[in-house]
Amino acid sequence: MSSKATQQPTYMRVLVYAFVAFWLVIAAFPFLWTLWGSFKVELDFFSIADWTNALTGERTQEVHGSAFTGDGYEGAWVQEKFWKAVLNTFIVCFFVVTISLTFGTLGGYALSRSGHNYTFWLLMAALIARAMPQITLVSGYLLPFFEWNLWGYLPTSIIVLVAINQPFTLWMLHSFFQKIPKDLDESAKVDGCTQFQAFRHAIMPVMWPGVITTGLFSFLLAYNDFAVTTMLLSKENQTMVPKIASFLGTTQTEGNVMFAVAAVVSATIPLFILVMFFQRQIVSGLTAGAVKG
Amino acid sequence: MKHKTFFWFFLPTGLAMLLFIALPIVSVVLQSLFVEHEAVLAVVENCGPFGCKQETTIDQSATEALRAASPLGQFAGLDIYFNRGHLATAEVADAWRTRSGLGSFLATINNLPFYRAMSFTLVYTFTVTPLLIMLGFAIAVGVNSLHRHLKGLVIFFSLLPMIVTPLIGSLILFWMIDSRGILGSAIQWLADDPTLSLKASTGLTWAMLIVYGVWHSAPFAFVVFYAGLQTLPKDTLESAMIDGASRWEQIRYVVIPHLMPLVTFVMLIQLMDNFRVLEPIVGFSAEAHATSLSWIILNDLGGETRLLSSAAATSVLTIIGVSILLSPVLVRTWRDFHSKAE
Repeated sequence: MSSKATQQPTYMRVLVYAFVAFWLVIAAFPFLWTLWGSFKVELDFFSIADWTNALTGERTQEVHGSAFTGDGYEGAWVQEKFWKAVLNTFIVCFFVVTISLTFGTLGGYALSRSGHNYTFWLLMAALIARAMPQITLVSGYLLPFFEWNLWGYLPTSIIVLVAINQPFTLWMLHSFFQKIPKDLDESAKVDGCTQFQAFRHAIMPVMWPGVITTGLFSFLLAYNDFAVTTMLLSKENQTMVPKIASFLGTTQTEGNVMFAVAAVVSATIPLFILVMFFQRQIVSGLTAGAVKG
Repeated sequence: MKHKTFFWFFLPTGLAMLLFIALPIVSVVLQSLFVEHEAVLAVVENCGPFGCKQETTIDQSATEALRAASPLGQFAGLDIYFNRGHLATAEVADAWRTRSGLGSFLATINNLPFYRAMSFTLVYTFTVTPLLIMLGFAIAVGVNSLHRHLKGLVIFFSLLPMIVTPLIGSLILFWMIDSRGILGSAIQWLADDPTLSLKASTGLTWAMLIVYGVWHSAPFAFVVFYAGLQTLPKDTLESAMIDGASRWEQIRYVVIPHLMPLVTFVMLIQLMDNFRVLEPIVGFSAEAHATSLSWIILNDLGGETRLLSSAAATSVLTIIGVSILLSPVLVRTWRDFHSKAE
């Protein structure tokens, strides 16, 4: 957009820059504010007297002798055992991503290479499954899981999250595999490979960009899930999100809101890092389904 | 690909979806037709020095045995669907008979838990979706005209509200709009009313949740539209300019038609996602003023006594709602598919 005809008049430019700057503030300010505030005491973070206290940390200085304190973090991580929830979250995410990518690549590859009618119906069924609110599925799991004593354990939640992930993973990998030329595995088959060998030797080496992007979204789904992990995990096995939700009930009344604030900031940081390194993949993944139409 | 090979490739994912998506739906439908067993009562005669008394107690072992024998409970047919907690047909009919006007009738209906949740869910879905599409479009057009080096930075920060866990995002905003938080104080100052609290009024709570919804999902629309803008046909745009189209006319007649398929895509995804709104209500502790269908299910499941049947009935009603939302898309895809096949 650099040709002379498309250049904008100055007032237009100013308007556009102002609008984008405004949006940036809306998008980023809440995170920076909460990060800053998480190192303060509660009376500064929720300041009745003067809102600038949250910036300068006057009360924090009175209590701790410095404008910053790690008390919230210590309370959350040590006293409330948030580290255990962090560990559980990463166990869940790791297994959800690996298992759903294994299942998804096999299924997505098959869907992209089979010309039969039923592939269309399977993709439609996956779309309908994607639309089901997770909490309705959860209400279907509870009774059988109680009956068979499966409730409360990490593996149960992992397999449930894998299944809930599948419709989306299938759609995404299906569209990635369609972009890989069919000649590649066809010629491998002509050379005497079975379908699986063709997949193993001809497709697998070139499928990684698509798999990484899909894996990112599987990770986000597992990491951000609320309904499944809250309802299906026992108190000892809680991951981060249900742990934070449980902070709301108990610690808020005990005056330990700062534990929750610290936990929230701790849980946001991995996502920050993720966006920083994988911004391009996230953008391409979001648009993969869309631009194709 | 042969049917047999396809079958083996598709088996793991197919099995996972069958066991954990299709079967739970069957399980939900079944559960919604049964009610929990009532406790078995036993009359025991207690004889003491002052004569005999008859006492009614719960026979724990018999109750346990009954629950173990048929965990689903007693068959209740469609009773649960029509009781006060769900469609409340009797209460609605009663309210209609004794109405003094349409307003009072609606007010009565709005006190019934299911209709209360339904009204918020629908209002939320149908205000958030168009608003986020408009905001996303505006940001995309704005960012697209920025300098190349700035774009990456802007996209990074723009992604944050969408990527962050919904519960966490809503908590962060909730703490800021607390009457002692920065936004809360700012609003009090602007309205010149030191007692103003967003949490205390139903209207403001709804507005707050809607603002959160737009904030959370606008980046998705932005990214999709931004990608669409990269494929904008430059020739068409330039010829429109030569024909004397103003900036606004270029957007109206060239850019928007080009992005229309993407708008449909974003709308479909967002209608599905907004219909199941749950986390913001938990994060904002807004249940006193706004409940959604997903929230009543969560509430039924999470209590001391898990009301599985009640949750199941609401789930079935929610699934029916989702199917109604989705049906135009499905019908269209089905038609496309058939016209291609012929």
